[in-house]
Amino acid sequence: MISLRRSKVMKLLLTSNYAAAYGAKLARVEIVAAYPITPQTQVVEKLAEFIEGEELKATMIRVESEHSAMAACIGAAAAGARPFTATSSQGLLYMYEMIWWAAGARLPIVMGVVTRAIAPPWSIWSDHADILSIRDSGWIIIFSESAQEVLDNIIQAYRIAEHKEVLLPVAVGWDAFTSSHTAEPVSLPEQELVDSFLPPRTPEPFVLDVNEPISHGNLTYPDEYMEFRFLINEGLERARKVIREVGKEYGKLTGREYGLIEEYKCGDADVILVTLGSMAGDVKDAVDILRKEGYHAGLVKLRCLRPFPREALLNALREARAVGIVERSFSMGRGGIIATEINSLLRESGVNDVVTVSYIAGLGGREIGVNDFINIFKSLFKKMERGSGFEVVWYGLRG
Amino acid sequence: MGMKGILRVVPKEEYLLPGNPSCPGCPASLGLRYLLKALGGKAILVIPASCTSIIVGPYPFSSLRVPVLNIAFAAAASTAAGISEALKVKGKEGIQVVVWAGDGGTADIGLQALSGAAERNSDILYVCYDNEAYMNTGIQRSSLTPYGAWTTTTPKGKVEEKKNLPMIVAEHKVPYVATASVGYPIDLILKVRKAIKYRGFKYIHLHAPCPYGWRFPANKTVEVAKLAVKTGIWVLYEIENGKFRLTSLSSSLIDPSKRLPVNKYLKLQGRFKHLSEEDISRIQEHVNTMWDELMRLVKES
Repeated sequence: MISLRRSKVMKLLLTSNYAAAYGAKLARVEIVAAYPITPQTQVVEKLAEFIEGEELKATMIRVESEHSAMAACIGAAAAGARPFTATSSQGLLYMYEMIWWAAGARLPIVMGVVTRAIAPPWSIWSDHADILSIRDSGWIIIFSESAQEVLDNIIQAYRIAEHKEVLLPVAVGWDAFTSSHTAEPVSLPEQELVDSFLPPRTPEPFVLDVNEPISHGNLTYPDEYMEFRFLINEGLERARKVIREVGKEYGKLTGREYGLIEEYKCGDADVILVTLGSMAGDVKDAVDILRKEGYHAGLVKLRCLRPFPREALLNALREARAVGIVERSFSMGRGGIIATEINSLLRESGVNDVVTVSYIAGLGGREIGVNDFINIFKSLFKKMERGSGFEVVWYGLRG
Repeated sequence: MGMKGILRVVPKEEYLLPGNPSCPGCPASLGLRYLLKALGGKAILVIPASCTSIIVGPYPFSSLRVPVLNIAFAAAASTAAGISEALKVKGKEGIQVVVWAGDGGTADIGLQALSGAAERNSDILYVCYDNEAYMNTGIQRSSLTPYGAWTTTTPKGKVEEKKNLPMIVAEHKVPYVATASVGYPIDLILKVRKAIKYRGFKYIHLHAPCPYGWRFPANKTVEVAKLAVKTGIWVLYEIENGKFRLTSLSSSLIDPSKRLPVNKYLKLQGRFKHLSEEDISRIQEHVNTMWDELMRLVKES
C-alpha cells in the first residue's frame, strides 16, 4: 500500500472495498456483522484485520448468513451500539426480510452494498438490480462513484442515520469490481477530524434498557399501523435536508462537499445524461469530448436514490430538451427503474417538452465506456427533435 | 419439595402481568412467568414470531416488565447475539439476553441462526418452549411434532419422528443444555439460575403442553406436562460442560417399571385419539429405546 503523507492528509491507494473498511473504522463502528459474498469480502476481511490488530475497538460477529448479519445489526442498534455490515447481490436478497425490519424499527444501521447482478444465471459483475430492490423499504440509499466517495459516504451515513430527525438505516452502494477491486488514491481524514464531525452515538430514549423496560415491534392494529408507515416516510423526507447539511459540513472539514446529486456542465445543456456510480466518470469524459465538438451536453450524477432528490433533479433537468437515463437496472414489464421515476417527475412537474429515454446498459457487468456514452449522447441529440415522449432502449443488446 | 421449599425457590415478584392475552391454560405464559422470576427482571427478551408475539400485548401495551424486542421468525438467535455483543461493547454487565421462541422458530425456520449462535458460543440464553406444533397459526405440524399426532397439516397423524433438538444443540459443545417442563417449575427455575452462571451459549428446551393444540381441557396443562415426564416420553436432564445428568423426577425413572405406560399420557389428548394399538406400541417401544440410550449417557457421565 502506498502512503503519500502530506501535511495532515494521509493519502492511500485503496480499492473501494478497502475505502469502505477505512470509512467504517474512522466512523468508530462498534459491531461488525457480515457474511462473505463476492465481491464484498475484502470489506470485512480488512475490518477483521483492524479489529484483531486492535486498530479498531469493535466486535465482529461472524454470522452464518446475511439474514443473521442484518439481524445482529438490528439487535446491536436496538441496544444502542453503532453497527456496520456489507453485502452484495444474493446476500442482500437473502437479508431482505431484515432490511424492512431495520427500517421499520427506525434503527441507524449503515450497510455497504457492492452492487452485483442477481442470479440465475450466475454473475458476479456489476449491476444495480440488487440495491434497487430495497428502494421502497425506507432505507436511505446513497451511491458512490469512486473509492474516495465510498469512504466519505460511509462516514456521513452515520451522521445521517443517527440524526434525530431521521433515524433510518443507510445503504451506501458502489460498483462490483469496477470500483470494489480498483485502487485509486484516497484522502483519509484524520481520526480527530472525523471524531469532531461524528461523535459517539447518543442512544435514543427507546433503546433496550432493563431499567426502563419498553417493548418494540408489538402487534399493531389497523388503527395505528398506517401512522408508523407514514412516520417512516416523514423521516425519509426530512433526510433530504439532513443529507445536504451533513454534506456541506463534511465539505468544510475536508474540502469535499456532497449534495443529493452532482451536476456536470448542465447549465446550458440541451441533452443531459443521468447516471450513477462508476459510469459517471466516463460520462464526464464523453461530455468534455462532445463539448469540444460543439454539443451542449451535460451529466447529472445521482448520489442519493432515496429519498428521491425531486427538487434537485427538476432544477437540473427542466431546461433540457432530451434526458437519457443510463442505468444497470430494470423493472421487468415496465422500464428502467430510475428512468421511469425521472420521467414521471418531469411530467408531474409540468415539464412536457422533453424527450426522456431509458437506456438499459451494462447489466451483469457488460462493458460500457466513453465511446458508448458519446453514441448515446449523439442519438439523444437526434431524438430531442421529437420534442416530447418516453422510450426504453436496451443499449448494446446482441441480436 | 414441600410448599415451604417451593416458596423459598420461587420469587414472589411477578414480571408477566395478569390480564395478558394468553389462552386459558397456556403453557407459554406458565413458562415465561417462571423464567422471568428466575432471571429476576435483569433480562432483555428477544421474541420471534410465536404465540408470545400475542401474549406480550398489542401496541402500545406490554404484558412484560422487561424490555422486549419482537423480531422476525428466523432471526431470534442472531438478533440476541447482536444485543449481547452491543451490551458488552457498551460496558453493560449482568444483563441476560434471552431468546424466548417456540418450536417452529427454533427447530425449523430459526435453526440456522440458532446453530450459528451456538457454534459461535454467543453469550445468550435460548429458551425454546415446545408446544409441538405451529399453534399461533392454527396447529400446523413442526419438526418437533411427535409421531402420530394430529395437526391441521397432518390430519391422519404425523408419520415422522420428533427431532431431538436439545441433543443437536448439545453437539455444538455449548456450556449448558437442559430440558425442562412447565409441570416442574422448580426444576426449570434451578436450571435457569444454573444456566446464567455460564458465559456463552445456554439452551433450555421447555416442554409446553398446549390445551388448544393438543386437544385437552384447559385445566389439565400441568397434569399433561407431568404425565409426559412420568411416562418417560419427556425426560428432564441437563448437560453441563458435556456432563449428562437426569434431573428431578426423571432421575428416578431409569427402571422401566417406574415409568407409567405411555397410553396414560396419550389418552388425555385429542390429537392422539385416532391412534391404533399398534401405533401406541410403537410409541412405547420408541420411549423404551430412547431410555436405553439415556442409560448409556448416564453410565458414560
